[in-house]
Amino acid sequence: SSNEHKLNFKKSKEACLSYIQDALLQKQWKRAAEFLTCYVESLEKDYSREHIGPSEMIWRIGTEILWRHSQSRMKEFNCFMEQMKTLGVKRYLKVCLEHVFHLLCNGQIDEAYQNLSLAESWRFGEQTAIRDKEIKLIQAYRGLLDYCSWSKQKKILLEHGEDGFADLAVEQEMHSYFRKAAVNLKEIIKIPGIWDVFVKCYVDLLEFYGEHNEARQVLNEYAYNSKFPANPNAHVYLYQFLKRQGESKKSLISALKILHDIVPSHELMIDFNTMLQKSKKRKKCQLGLEVIFAALDYAGWKENAKAWSCLARQVKQIVITEKHLDWIQQEWNSRKDWWPDFHFSHYLAKRNWQENKSLSHEKALVAGILLGKDCKYFKYVSHQGCKARLKRFRMLKKFVTRHNPVYLRISG
Amino acid sequence: RDFNERCAQCSEVNWGLTDGGRFYCRSCHNVTERTREVVNTDFITNSRVQTISKGLKKQEKNDGGCEWYICEGFQLVLKKQVEALEALGVCPQMKDEILCNFWRCYLQKSKQAYCKRPAGETVKTLSVCESSTDVDSDPERPSLLHLLSLSESEGDLQTDCSFASSVSKVSESTSVYSGSVDGSLYLMKNQKDKLRMTMPMTLSFCYLALLWVREPITLSELLRFVVEGHIPYMNVFQHFPEKMKLCGLDLKIFCVESWPEYKEVFNKMHELAAFLDLPRFPDITESCFLHPDMLCMKYLMEANLPDELHNWTCRVVKKTGIGEVDFLTLMPGNKSTRKVKYDVLAAAVIVVVLKLLFLLDDHYEWVLSEFAEERNKNNTEVCMFYSGGPYFEFKKWYEVVKRSLDVEQKKLDEEKAKYLWRCEKPLFYSVKNKSKVLKRRQMVVNLQNQFGKLSGSVQRAEKPNPSSFQLSWSEENTDGSCFHGHSLKGVLQEKCGLLTVMNPDYWLCTVKLCNEKLCGHLAHYREVEFPQSYHFVLGLFSFLLRIQPSYIHDEVCMIEHRLFNKKLCKKLKYNTVLRK
Repeated sequence: SSNEHKLNFKKSKEACLSYIQDALLQKQWKRAAEFLTCYVESLEKDYSREHIGPSEMIWRIGTEILWRHSQSRMKEFNCFMEQMKTLGVKRYLKVCLEHVFHLLCNGQIDEAYQNLSLAESWRFGEQTAIRDKEIKLIQAYRGLLDYCSWSKQKKILLEHGEDGFADLAVEQEMHSYFRKAAVNLKEIIKIPGIWDVFVKCYVDLLEFYGEHNEARQVLNEYAYNSKFPANPNAHVYLYQFLKRQGESKKSLISALKILHDIVPSHELMIDFNTMLQKSKKRKKCQLGLEVIFAALDYAGWKENAKAWSCLARQVKQIVITEKHLDWIQQEWNSRKDWWPDFHFSHYLAKRNWQENKSLSHEKALVAGILLGKDCKYFKYVSHQGCKARLKRFRMLKKFVTRHNPVYLRISG
Repeated sequence: RDFNERCAQCSEVNWGLTDGGRFYCRSCHNVTERTREVVNTDFITNSRVQTISKGLKKQEKNDGGCEWYICEGFQLVLKKQVEALEALGVCPQMKDEILCNFWRCYLQKSKQAYCKRPAGETVKTLSVCESSTDVDSDPERPSLLHLLSLSESEGDLQTDCSFASSVSKVSESTSVYSGSVDGSLYLMKNQKDKLRMTMPMTLSFCYLALLWVREPITLSELLRFVVEGHIPYMNVFQHFPEKMKLCGLDLKIFCVESWPEYKEVFNKMHELAAFLDLPRFPDITESCFLHPDMLCMKYLMEANLPDELHNWTCRVVKKTGIGEVDFLTLMPGNKSTRKVKYDVLAAAVIVVVLKLLFLLDDHYEWVLSEFAEERNKNNTEVCMFYSGGPYFEFKKWYEVVKRSLDVEQKKLDEEKAKYLWRCEKPLFYSVKNKSKVLKRRQMVVNLQNQFGKLSGSVQRAEKPNPSSFQLSWSEENTDGSCFHGHSLKGVLQEKCGLLTVMNPDYWLCTVKLCNEKLCGHLAHYREVEFPQSYHFVLGLFSFLLRIQPSYIHDEVCMIEHRLFNKKLCKKLKYNTVLRK
């Protein structure tokens, strides 16, 4: 190309940057440092037209190198971060925050706290909306560290409490941390966003001090306010809270329903199914079946014995009562094309039998009902089980054989 | 003329200069003691006093700066460059006699010195200190300040010339911020007939002088030495004396941020030769280094090709007439003669010879190579000794050269990426951003130290000694990686007592040449349209000469058309394969 042999500042630095990127991707920190040394003079040119300027590049790349390089020390790291803070007014708070994260990773909690306080009190340039949010975030993290201190004090207090000593100073400190933390945490969770860590801590504080209503309000807001991004964890937290509070099954179920809609493969689906199966309402039972089938659609659940036992139990129940076979039919319709290969192959039969007999037992029951007693999976497992003279497998065989007509009705 | 004091005797303002350089009143012939200040002898290349016509009394400014003109700056640059060339072994006459005279001639022709100042041109001189206050108060200035600040945020200094042209909207008598006296004037004027001096042009000057004394340095070598740092170019202004303050528009003139390009330097050189009205240059004869016969020998060695090929390059040179004195020698201002790029020409001759012998159609050369391989296997060492070396195998040569080339290219690419453009001397557009610039510089130095330590034991390689050869191959290597002594027997045959090539075919790079004046090229090179072997060979010389492959391709086309001139005149619309 005609431009290959032209070399100017811009091209040279672009090339330098791509060498740095390659080195970073291959974790060659020394080489990355070597090229970064040559790149830094870009700071002397202004690239205000570019999307990402050299100062941001140098900050991010330099941080990565200093963090990972074996010869780099925390002292140099801190020194570097301080320099980066001076490089751009717009970026100051972001750099501070990232610096704090690194300090925390390194276990330097006090330094992190100091930096947060410093950043909080920094006022320079115009107060924009973004700047406001960044400061709130910094305050939130400071609140988080206050929460950690509160936890520590609480622990001390409880230990002392066992000994019978009531340590007033510790208690007072604890309360003051609570106040500091609560103020900041409350503020940040008002802004739409994903604040799992803050929410959890705040709720923990509220519960400790008996502010259950407030806690419930916070969690409801977090889970149901449409302005907040969809977050499965919000529903999990709400569910766990309601459970702790001993709420009715109805409210627990309604909390988990949304979780099922968002994340059908969530681990709480087992609890959900269990609750729904026990319910007297027909719709809820059907939902339970739906839920457990949906969970087992996911590869991560293939070997989950508990889940299979839930499904097996429910299927068994339906088969025995011969009521609501259409539920099974409905669920099976969309799955009959691929579940056999996905769950009930001969290979899996062998493997499940070898690795986990209970799992194979539950699965065989389901397979036997859904695919009939002549299906590969059931045949293999029941044969092996009977050969091993295991009682439950003999019973399984009997059961499935007896109810084979059901299969014929399901498969239509 | 610029001396405005009233005469003590007759109160007129009508001054002239005596031979001794003193002012005298033309009306009453009163000679004053005021002398035209002579340019500081530091700035000149030899001991003869040289004066600059705009010589005003040099006042020492508060900040220790003095008034200086752009051409003085360039004079310094040239001095440094020619000294470096001398250190490389160029004859000292070049500096004292040739370049110096060229430069003086240039100054005269461009009316920057040695002449009467044309009427109507005044330059209001602003000192560095004064302008900082003037600029603020003058209502005419805001647009300039605005433009100056704009340019600070511009990515590329070179592209800021648009700024310079927009400055010309301001009246000529005001001068824009610069450390030099005439910085703004320099950039503002549309000097079509005056050939404004630029940094790349300094190299044109050097090369012109080198050509005059017929030094064995080609233009591509010169430019390579510049890139390798043996000849000052990039940050040469840091050697200006302290008193010459560089800021504002001076930066646009002296601080380049790209390496000089071959074509640009070459074209400027020819423009310059014509502008200076130089006579015909000393003849380039067969014994001269720049003659294609000599250069081909050098390049053949460097490309690791058999020495025997030299016979063939000489034959092509002879047949096409490109070895003629009149073809090679530079005649400035002669529009009809083709401007000769000696290095590119020699490389192109070799490419043509390779095409003649090996066809390079991605097929025939490999067939020939297999053939040679067979012969080599069957021959014993004794046989080889008597027949003059093993048969040249194109395949082996390709593998060996490609390997080395890839290694060197990779090194070069990394060098380019690691290049440090800035120097210790800080540059600032205005006094206002001086502190910011210095702070940034300090930070850069800190970061360089910090990350430099983490670079491990990798040290920046010492500047390699300037060498004429980039690739070298030693006959002593027993691994057979040197092909100089190999024989071309495998591709030649005897016919009627003459040695001729076995390859009966040849393909032309292009059937019709473009009009160079209209489209800038003789032909258009696109990699995909040509055989891989051809592309490889172009790539090899492109690396050695540090130029685009298309330049070499152009020369190849030119030579081919000279070589097959008769046959081409006879015919063909579609057929591109000729029988020899």
